[in-house]
Amino acid sequence: MQKTIILAAAASLVAVAAQAADITGAGATFPYPIYAKWADAYKKSTNVGMNYQSIGSGGGIKQITAKTVDFGASDMPMKPEDLEKNGLVQFPAIMGGVVPVVKLEGIQPGQLKFTGALLADIYLGKVSKWNDPAIARLNPGVKLPGDNITVVHRSDGSGTTFLWSNYLSKVSPDFKGTVGEGTAVKWPAGVGGKGNEGVASYVQKINGAIGYVEYAYAKQNKLAYGQVQNKAGKFVSPDDATFKAAAANADWNSVPGMGVILTEQAGDQAWPITGASFILLHAKQEKPEAGRDVLKFFDWAFRNGGKMAEELDYVPMPDPVVKSIEASWKKITDSGGKPVL
Amino acid sequence: MSFVLDNTGTIPVPGVVPVPHSRPPMLRNNALMDALFRNTTRFFAFVVFSLLAAILVSLVVGGWPSIAKFGGTFLFNPEWDPVQEEFGALVPIVGTLATSAIALAIAIPVSFGIALFLTELSPVWLRRPLGTAIEMLAAIPSIIYGMWGLFVFAPAFQTYVQPALQNTVGQLPIFSTLFSGPPMGIGMLTAGIILSVMVIPFITAVMRDVFELVPPLLKESAYGLGSTTWEVVWRVVLPFTKVGVIGGVMLGLGRALGETMAVTFVIGNAHNLSRSLFAPGNSIASALANEFNEAVGEVYTAALIELGLILFVITTVVLACSKLLLMQLARREGVKS
Repeated sequence: MQKTIILAAAASLVAVAAQAADITGAGATFPYPIYAKWADAYKKSTNVGMNYQSIGSGGGIKQITAKTVDFGASDMPMKPEDLEKNGLVQFPAIMGGVVPVVKLEGIQPGQLKFTGALLADIYLGKVSKWNDPAIARLNPGVKLPGDNITVVHRSDGSGTTFLWSNYLSKVSPDFKGTVGEGTAVKWPAGVGGKGNEGVASYVQKINGAIGYVEYAYAKQNKLAYGQVQNKAGKFVSPDDATFKAAAANADWNSVPGMGVILTEQAGDQAWPITGASFILLHAKQEKPEAGRDVLKFFDWAFRNGGKMAEELDYVPMPDPVVKSIEASWKKITDSGGKPVL
Repeated sequence: MSFVLDNTGTIPVPGVVPVPHSRPPMLRNNALMDALFRNTTRFFAFVVFSLLAAILVSLVVGGWPSIAKFGGTFLFNPEWDPVQEEFGALVPIVGTLATSAIALAIAIPVSFGIALFLTELSPVWLRRPLGTAIEMLAAIPSIIYGMWGLFVFAPAFQTYVQPALQNTVGQLPIFSTLFSGPPMGIGMLTAGIILSVMVIPFITAVMRDVFELVPPLLKESAYGLGSTTWEVVWRVVLPFTKVGVIGGVMLGLGRALGETMAVTFVIGNAHNLSRSLFAPGNSIASALANEFNEAVGEVYTAALIELGLILFVITTVVLACSKLLLMQLARREGVKS
């Protein structure tokens, strides 16, 4: 009897030890599918597990600040002063794009053209009919019905909303003044759907609806996405190539913590509503092994995870960017100031 | 004449000397056991009470930055602007109360009808399967109601019911405001209707159970005097069971006020105050479910916690009101109205 108890106790100790070796992370929901896929492949090749809880960017920041996880993840880059204050190091891990989607009788994916200013006016409730001259002017030859426009936005706070509102604020002073940017904003019009899937399903259900979702959702649900005019004045369709083009011209080292927001980037092919998702780590690691494991995981993911990312319609970080990310890892040290990796 | 009970619990009879009462040895431990048991149960009862107090305290503490910043205006401010950090609870409060009111307005008569049919009118062989079916409705998880509401009910409601409502009762003075705006299928009215489907099984189950408790003698007497079924239900069954019926309604209201997932799916989640029931709105529970995860900054989080506190207070007030109502009813018991 006693022997069994000892064995059981030993077994549970072993179990605890095995769990302790696993990397823990929490945060943004947008990159969850790719982090989970990477974790699965990483476990197969190295036998080190990674447990990622997609509790949202705000939650991720809270968890890493409270040191309950090894790394946090956020879709909205933290401000340099906040990074400094909390002793955090930040780097981008994966990129994706946000696309406008519509539900209109007879409109095919990629058929409608928008400018940023027009999207801002629609989301401000100023343009409220589909046959408004502002839309018709951009879309000659497209038969536009006189339906009401139903604006669909996110009801939960989200990195997707951050990118969308950041983009609209960049292209429309009016939007910047009345709404502004953030993971949650005060929408003057429309209905809110929970999550990308919530917005996607509202757009599919309501005739005359327009919404914004991650590209993967638009593609998988075969939603009628629109073309958007970029900074160079060209109308582009969302896909891997245009997302990559947006990332290519970015100056990642222009902002401390590489917190570059990839909306409205220069370049003929650049998709104007692109963004990265970020990883947060403590600069001073109380458990250097844990910090090292996290960095090893992302090093592996940058080298081997690109194809997996593309399969899921994400955009992997380009090689030169990975180089400067890994250079920035020198700032992550143990308590003695020695880099953990 | 009155008797004085002595401590042995026997009634003193004049002329008879009570035999001194001594406990048999096997029962001597009982006093200790009794005390132990009483205190254990009392402890658990107080645990519930202190848990409740602890929740209240932590809600106040968590919401303090918002309470301190906005004060009483929080309750009446329709703004909800995370960017400017200006928050007010008017929209979610109105949404919570309005959807619950719609739910009860539909659920009470329907539940009453179902309970009436099950206890008075239904053939005996049908009672069981029908009763079970209604209880099964209560076992469906709320998210299923939400998905059904969004994917099945809302599109049908948008295409067939909302235009019809606008063309008929929507032409009447007050209803023209209530049913104005483009039909979207989702909104406050849809949320209220979905909620009503969710609370009907609760109210029905309680009503049926209390209706069955009415002594057959009472009903048969009424029938014997020539009452119709309706008169029996209205004059005998309902007055006899009003406490239970109100209890059932309050149970349903409690569920409607706090329901989260199903409402989130169909209410539209927009912080807009509108007179139209077709317009999207928000409820306290669904605002919390939507926004808590990603709330960044102290004031935003605090404002959400304060919303939770308000929901807590609303539920408590509703419960207290129902208790008061029941006490009023009990006092008037037996008095001819």
